[in-house]
Amino acid sequence: MPRGHHDLGGTPGGGPIERAEHQLEDWEILADAVNQALGAKGIRRTDELRRIREEMDADVYRSMSYYERWIASAENILIEKKILTREEIDRKVAEYEKRWGNP
Amino acid sequence: MGNDHLGKGEQEHEHPKHELSQHAKRIYAIRELLLEKGVLKEEEIQRQIDYMEARSPANGARLVARAWADPRFKARLLADPRAACAEMGIDATSINEFVVLENTEKVRHLVVCTLCSCYPRPILGRPPDWYKSFNYRKRAVVDPRGVMREFGMELPDSVEVRVHDSTADIRYLVLPLRPAGTDGMSEEELARLVTRDSMIGVVDPLQEIPEGNR
Amino acid sequence: MNAAVGKFRPGDRVRVRMEDRPGHIRTPFYIRGKTDGVKKMHGQFLNPESLAYGRDGLPKRPLYLIGFYQVEVWENYKVSKSDKLYVDIYEHWLELA
Repeated sequence: MPRGHHDLGGTPGGGPIERAEHQLEDWEILADAVNQALGAKGIRRTDELRRIREEMDADVYRSMSYYERWIASAENILIEKKILTREEIDRKVAEYEKRWGNP
Repeated sequence: MGNDHLGKGEQEHEHPKHELSQHAKRIYAIRELLLEKGVLKEEEIQRQIDYMEARSPANGARLVARAWADPRFKARLLADPRAACAEMGIDATSINEFVVLENTEKVRHLVVCTLCSCYPRPILGRPPDWYKSFNYRKRAVVDPRGVMREFGMELPDSVEVRVHDSTADIRYLVLPLRPAGTDGMSEEELARLVTRDSMIGVVDPLQEIPEGNR
Repeated sequence: MNAAVGKFRPGDRVRVRMEDRPGHIRTPFYIRGKTDGVKKMHGQFLNPESLAYGRDGLPKRPLYLIGFYQVEVWENYKVSKSDKLYVDIYEHWLELA
């Protein structure tokens, strides 16, 4: 079976390391905080989150930024644990989009 | 509407919300749903924001400076890092297992997490983007000297490089080598030589206090 | 039973199992099948492979710090022969070499 897409040590194609750092945006700070809060309350274990991330499709994994991956993993874990459903998250996103206005 | 207030940095980081990516928008939805259902409380989320806000490499720098200045503290730091942190008012209790790796003239350490991006967040705050990057995770184990060279550190063959891949719950912090010629410095001055990158191990600490900081 | 004691001691030569298990594994591919020295035992920890699926992670597993010579891990490691690579590996992934 192929190695997990996350198991990167020593894999070929490693290029120069991009040193630029970015200030965290609000949504990233929130992703971090919600994730940590779920962990602090014992709602999810760190290894569950990692496993969910590892189960992501390799291309999808690579196409997302670091905190986007956290959000996707948190969402999948909450759905797996039947705390939230995909549909209610979709509905809430639609509500927000109405509130924020469209570009 | 739910509480959008996220702390003092909000104004600088605010991105027009309708421009957020689909993934990014979802965290707002998830937060509101979790609050509505009582899964999380607002204070619990804010506590995490505040916790991370308070954490930065300055904590690590204080530890290192004290270890440089006081050999007995250094011994305590190496033997029981969490207790040593507590002595200095740094809360490292959320680290399951904490190991400090001492650099010497003959040995330099480099820390990576190839499988994800484990990092001693309670001590250093959030990891830099490069630490989490695929290229760092790929190359640090197989080409540590090449990585160090990119960061400006060239080591002779006579110095041994030891890479630690944090594959489990152990969190590693590098105790950099004290630069020569710093004997007269106060702890506060010493701390200014200790960069975040030197506590990950890609570079040595600064050899002198930067111009603007004297 | 002394909870602090695992199967291996510092100085033992161990081989990392060359296994291809599904699930959440914290033994990187690059180290599987490699042999080298146990440096120390970190202690006993909950098993991440079971925690990853919402189970309790018990019984705890001994976790070891294993040190390898880089030149023995990578075919093309051309630089210093004394350079080392340290990985934290759970006991069930190790066997005596």
